[in-house]
Order: sequence, then C-alpha cells, then structure tokens
Amino acid sequence: MKNNKTQQIIPYIILSVIAVLFIVPLLWVIFASFDAQATQVIKWPDEVTLDNYASVILDPANQRAFLIGIFLSGGQTLLVVLLSLLAAYPLSRFPLKNKQKFMLAILFMTSLPITAVMVPVYQLFLFLNLHDSLMGTLLFLTASQLPFGIWIMKNFIDGVPVDLEESAWIDGASLLVGMRKIVAPLMIPGIFTVSIFVFIGSWGNFFVPYILLQSPSKLPASVTIYQFFGQYGYAAYGQLAAYSILYMLPAFILFFFAQNHMSRGFTMGGAAKG
Amino acid sequence: MVSVENAELNKQLTFAKNKILRKTLLFLLPSLVILLIFFIGPIIMTFFFAFTNMSLTGTTAQSIDFVGFQNFVSMFSDPNFKTSFITTMVFLIFSGIIGQQVLGFLLAVLMKNKNKTFRKFVGGTVMAGWVTPEIIVAFTFVSFLHDGGTLNQFLSWFGVEPISWLFTFPMVSVVVANIWKGSALSMLMFQSALDNIPFSVEEAAKIDGANRWQRMWRITIPMIKNTIFTNLVIITLGTLGVFTLIYTMTGGGPANATATLPIFMYEQAFVNYQLGYGTAISLVILIIGIIISLIYIRLLKTDD
Repeated sequence: MKNNKTQQIIPYIILSVIAVLFIVPLLWVIFASFDAQATQVIKWPDEVTLDNYASVILDPANQRAFLIGIFLSGGQTLLVVLLSLLAAYPLSRFPLKNKQKFMLAILFMTSLPITAVMVPVYQLFLFLNLHDSLMGTLLFLTASQLPFGIWIMKNFIDGVPVDLEESAWIDGASLLVGMRKIVAPLMIPGIFTVSIFVFIGSWGNFFVPYILLQSPSKLPASVTIYQFFGQYGYAAYGQLAAYSILYMLPAFILFFFAQNHMSRGFTMGGAAKG
Repeated sequence: MVSVENAELNKQLTFAKNKILRKTLLFLLPSLVILLIFFIGPIIMTFFFAFTNMSLTGTTAQSIDFVGFQNFVSMFSDPNFKTSFITTMVFLIFSGIIGQQVLGFLLAVLMKNKNKTFRKFVGGTVMAGWVTPEIIVAFTFVSFLHDGGTLNQFLSWFGVEPISWLFTFPMVSVVVANIWKGSALSMLMFQSALDNIPFSVEEAAKIDGANRWQRMWRITIPMIKNTIFTNLVIITLGTLGVFTLIYTMTGGGPANATATLPIFMYEQAFVNYQLGYGTAISLVILIIGIIISLIYIRLLKTDD
C-alpha cells in the first residue's frame, strides 16, 4: 500500500519540477521589470518601481513600433480570416473536380518552412519595388498564413450542414445573406481558432519584417525590441524586461481568452505553426 | 415510380444549387492571386535564382547571369556549409526529435488522470513558452545563462564556478531554449492522443497482469503510433525553419558553432550580399522541407 502511494506522488513531483523549470526564466522578466536595480539574477526587487514601464511607454519611438506591430499583425489576422473564409466556402460547398488535390496542395503549403523562401521573397520585393513597404510586408505575411487559414476554415464549414442554407435560399435569401446570417455565426469557433494562431505567430514574427523593412520609422515592436536589446540590453535590464512584458502582453491576453479554441487548431493539422 | 421521380427532382435541385454555388468560385480569386504572387512565386524563384550569380553589390547586382551548378559546386566544397548542415542536424535531433517530442510525451503521460487544477497549472507553464515570442525567449535565456545569471547563481550554492554557458556550451544553450519554447505542441498532441485510448483497453491489460512498462510499450505506444509520426514530422519542419531564436541568442556563434542552415543562408545573402549563393542554400532547406512535407501528407492520408 505504501509503495502504491509513493508511486502516485512521483508524477506530481516530476511535473512540479518541470513547471518550476518553465516558470523561472519568465519570473525573472516579471521581477526585473519592476526592479529599479535589475540584474541578470532572478530576485525580488529591493525597490519596486514603475519607472521601467514609464520610460518604455513614454518613448514615442516605442509607441510607434507598437502601433505598427498592431497594424501588421491585426491587418494580417483580419485579411487571413476574411480571405480564407471566402475561399473556403466554395471549396466546401461546390463540387469541384480536383478539390482533393487542391486541398492537399494547401496542406502542403501550410507545412513548408517560410524561412526557406525569405531570400527569394526579398528579391521579389526588390523587383516589385515593395522593399521597405508596410503594405507589401502585410500582403506577404497574409500569403504566408493563408493556406493554414483556408485549411482550418474549410474543415469548419464542412461541419455546418448545407440544409440550413438551402432552406434560407428557398425562403428567398440571397447567397451572401445566407453566408452572413447562417454560416458566419456558426463559424465563430473557426474564426477564433484562425485568429489566435495567426495573431500570435505574427506578433512574434521577427524575421519577416527584419528582412523586408528598413526605415527605422517603419519597424514593428518585434524588430525594435531586438535593436533595444543590442543597444541597451546589457545596461538597462529593468527597461528591457518592462519592454518585454509589454510586448508579450497582447499575445498572452489573446491566448488567455481564446485558449479553448487552441486544441481544435492542433487537431486539424495546424500544429506546423512554430 | 415515386423513387424515380424523386431522383429526377433531386438531380434538378442539385443542378439549381450548383448554379447558385458556381458564383462562389469567384470567392477563391483573391486568395489565389495573393498565393500565386507571394507564396508560389518565391518558391519558383528559389529554383531559378539558385542557378544565378545574383548579388546585392558590385557588377553582378546589375546583370544576373546563369552560372549553372556553380553555386552548388562551391556550396559542397565549402567547409562552412558542411559544418552548418551538421549543426542543423544536431539542433534538429536534440531540440526537436528528442527534446520536444520526449518531453511533450512525458508531460502528457504524467498528466493523465491527475488533479484538474494541477494539470491546468503545469500545462499553463508549458504553454507560456509557446505563447512567448521567440525574441523574448532568447532574452530570458541569455540572461538566465549569463555569467552572472540565475543558473550560475544557483550552481554557486553547490560550489560550482560560474560557467559562460553561451560560449562554452552554445549548442546546449540554444537546444534548451528551443525545447522550452516548443514542447507545448507535442504535449497537446500527445494529450489528445492519450485521451482517445479507450479506458477498457488499459483496464483489460491491467487485469491480465501487465505492469506499467508493459502497458506503455505494448499498448499505449502502438496505439498512438500515428500521432508519434505526425508529431515527428511537424516538429522537424518547425525546427528546420528556426532562425530568430538562434540569431538573437548567439548570432550563430561563437565561431559558427550554432550557425544552422537558416543562419548560414542569412549570412551569405544579407551579410556577404551573395544572393545567388544564399538562394542555393534556401533551395537545400526548401527541398528538405518539401520531402518532409510530402511524408507528412502521406501520413495524414493513411490516417483517414
């Protein structure tokens, strides 16, 4: 009996140790962000202060970087959701001849590492005169997540019975009204799933804007925080930590509110998003 | 008679329905255009530019010439490429295939049937790694592993001299950071796979006297075989494309010790301005990615 009890406790101990190992690096960021004299060692601040946050928030350059980040990530999320909803509709409803092959091509595209195409994308941007253009960057970001969006949305629309729309059509509703009034409300879980994955991935995306944008005034938070680290990282730990917390916040808030939709994204083959 | 009429009516209905739906094919258009220009275009360009001498500066910036397999000849005779390829494999195997996969599996197995609140707490800490942007993961690990960082402070309690982890063990450092960042995906996938194993199967094995290990090796693992393969492929693709984490943690150094293929590609294309050569390296990453993606699709197809 005693043996049985220790056997039951061991998993709890191992899991607790793992949880601590996962939490310690993040705790450092939280503590340091409130510490007037932050160092690299995790410790409770001797003097709790909000100065680190104030200096980051009040800097106009940081404000701009955050706004650009929200423009790029919010815009990308919106475009991917809208375009993939539209594209997924006929893919789900209309009996296309090579639909299966098309969907396999989409699935194939969701799993390709985007890193590998960044050099040719840069060349394409030079060629199209889109280098250093926020709109161009937004379009590329959208394209990079569209296959994922289409894949998930199609799976969700497949789950909405077509009968509901048909009866609406018979009642005289137009195609678009049917889509808006019947499909869209039932698609909310799908829209959530795509939005979380796209926004969190985009918000943390450093490589794409780092390559495609150049002017300091156009760089999103993901790039400016890297430059901040390079310039002041080894001196102003408190500020770097506060900057990090502020930068992490949107992703964590979104995740907190929508985590129940996460597992659906994974089970539908969306886990390729790193 | 009735059924024949019904069939005829159904046929007409389907026809009318498809006529309405045909219009919706236009909805595909915006997505197709964007994908063609910004996704498929660059992939085709990779195959094209990899065989040119394109560069960002100098005479070859103006005129691009086809150079055949020259980029690949210089790549395969470049010792840095060879090192980079091996580095990529080491990073892939230790951080992805062994690290994330095994830790994710361990977490899922241990968390099964545990107290709900406890499960949520542990799962939450692991998920935090996934939600944290890569750059912040890099910062936190740089300071955690720094000479005067938390880890050395902790080790000093046991009389261990401070170690410059990022210089002495750069590969271990980036591997650990990547495991921290990415294990959540495996955990979630294994959790849902384990939840799908019928309780009766395990119970039957228990009654037959199978012990913990036997149940694990003979029942659990064979039953989630597909998940293991799928997870393996997804992790491989994700790890292959890791750039930001390594670039911001070590910059590929010291002395190229952590310069995986994406870092090597970046250096050749944007630091040395050899776009043609950089694209040739892209092509290598892309082809590895394409092969693994095809395996992935194959797996999912047999899954259904």
